[in-house]
Amino acid sequence: MEFLAYMGDVFTPINFGLLLIGTIGGLILGATPGLSPTMAVALLIPFTFRLEPAQGLILLGAAYTSTVAGGAVSAILLKIPGAPANIATTLDGHTMAQKGQGARALQLSFLASAVGGVFGVLLLIFLTPVLAQWALAFGPSHLFWLAILGVTIIGSLDSSSVVKGLLSGCIGLWLATIGFDDIMGAQRFIFHDAVAGGINVIPALIGLFAIPQVITMFAKGRKRLDAEVIAVEKHPIGQAVGEVFRRKRALSIGTITGSIIGLIPGVGGQIAGLVAYDQTKKTSPEREKFGTGHSEGVIAAESANNAMVGPSLVPLLTLSIPGSPTAAVLLGGLLIHGIFPGSDLFDNYPDVAWTFINSMLIGQILMCIFGLYVAGLAARVAQVPNAVMAAVVLGLALFGSYSVQNSMGDVYVMMALGTGMYFLERFGFSAAPLVLGLILGPIAEANFIQGSMIANATSSMGEYFFSGTLNLVLIGIVVASIGYSLWMELRDKRYTTKDDAVLKEESLS
Amino acid sequence: MTELPRTQHIIASGLVAAVGIAVAYISYTQEPAEAFLFPRLISTVFVVLALWTFGKAVLGRTKVGNGLSRDAITNILPGLIVALIYIFWAAKALGFYTASTITFFILLSLYDPAPHGEARTWIKRALITAGFLAVMYGLFAQLLTVFTPKEILF
Repeated sequence: MEFLAYMGDVFTPINFGLLLIGTIGGLILGATPGLSPTMAVALLIPFTFRLEPAQGLILLGAAYTSTVAGGAVSAILLKIPGAPANIATTLDGHTMAQKGQGARALQLSFLASAVGGVFGVLLLIFLTPVLAQWALAFGPSHLFWLAILGVTIIGSLDSSSVVKGLLSGCIGLWLATIGFDDIMGAQRFIFHDAVAGGINVIPALIGLFAIPQVITMFAKGRKRLDAEVIAVEKHPIGQAVGEVFRRKRALSIGTITGSIIGLIPGVGGQIAGLVAYDQTKKTSPEREKFGTGHSEGVIAAESANNAMVGPSLVPLLTLSIPGSPTAAVLLGGLLIHGIFPGSDLFDNYPDVAWTFINSMLIGQILMCIFGLYVAGLAARVAQVPNAVMAAVVLGLALFGSYSVQNSMGDVYVMMALGTGMYFLERFGFSAAPLVLGLILGPIAEANFIQGSMIANATSSMGEYFFSGTLNLVLIGIVVASIGYSLWMELRDKRYTTKDDAVLKEESLS
Repeated sequence: MTELPRTQHIIASGLVAAVGIAVAYISYTQEPAEAFLFPRLISTVFVVLALWTFGKAVLGRTKVGNGLSRDAITNILPGLIVALIYIFWAAKALGFYTASTITFFILLSLYDPAPHGEARTWIKRALITAGFLAVMYGLFAQLLTVFTPKEILF
């Protein structure tokens, strides 16, 4: 119950103010189609440089949580999911809004999000310290395999093609080696002055997540957003509270499914929402009502996509393996403050770790309260033309990447990586494994070098890296994740990408 | 798969394979060898996967990635050119705020669906641009005190 000792830290004026800003801002950003939670968090990182580590993480954590929930607003009122995690919400949420039950759908969505989110954060609270202590037993070879595991598991599960996902991970690992070698001081792959000091993670993250979105908005041309915001009638909140808890099956399936999926690195929120929706529909006696504006559909989808937020941080905070692209960006936010996840975080910075986790718990409740009030405003923001949004994001990307170390080199790297990523994505490559490779590359290399030194002094490389229960388990997971993904790909059963998730949505509806 | 995406896939995967081969070549030829131990490891996997992808593209067996349609290229090009000029030249040469204001207005004019013939539309675009400049200045110059390159206009 160590977390309770730090609960008061969330309520200091600055921390609570940042939590409010992150929550309300995240709800509005989340409702905006094209602004994914990952991109929102990446663009926010430069604003956290001047903050204390805990304060910065509170802002990022609140934005992460509420962008996922905020995406439900545009899903319900505009039939445009704010983020892929909200695809399943459109199926019944928008139909409810069309029937004049928009307020009820929003209330159910935010209440279910809060219940799922609180459960997910509680899981994070109770699992993280145990796993962090367990991680103490890890030596260089284990940490090397863990870093490789982080890249391969996201490369194989989060991409539409296993080979291209792994290739993206390799590109990220290579990018991480650019600059001066830590041990010998040798220059590696320095083909331009801008990368002489290596590739800074924050501008790279901003470029990789924001610039492809900007170019995607350009690709739409001068198209007007024809979606109409459905007016919201008043609905008593008490009835919505009663309904959420009456729909126990949908709520529990959504919450448990989301939590389990969140724990698996590489599987995103859209899968949590769709799987929970699918399972609730299969087990419901009113399954014929799904797709016609049935509240169980909204409750299952929204409780699942928010329940996944907390558990997706468990691998990050304990083993440095981000469970989602957004968690990878949060890892970048931790590293800029010189904080490394794992037992170090809980032993040396317990105030930072627990204040951050507690703020996510309180953030779920604030999100529920403010979500209902800002829904109308958020839906209006969602109608901002693409041209404005693209120009704003481009401007923020320039200023944000420059402000990291007042370097134009960072800005050039940001734009080059972002533009390259857009074109790579058009050919089936994925940003998430590339980002993981870039972030986990230095960890993998440092432990590989350290491990090879130990191996040379004690045994052989093969024996050191390929023996021992933990090494074999980790190698087994790497092989299994690649094998499973290949098997699913060969059987055409994968629907883990955004495009595939949309297809799945169509088949469900 | 139609001919255009297939050609595009061959070009894209060919470029990735070329980068992979260059990385592997540098990793295996540069000294000191100890500094390139890890790059050698990853570049080997990189080359194998890149050649596999290239081979699939050449054989027309690529299953994922829709490539770029002519419409998409036409839509992207003006904005991308403006964005590249903004980032790689204007931001430093004209100053961040001046360049951002000009770029914002140009992008708005290029992609805003509102009709170009109405004076009201242009006034609206100018007002939105001014608002954007004010917010960026407030955030980065005042709140975060980021020192940006000298402005050409002020």
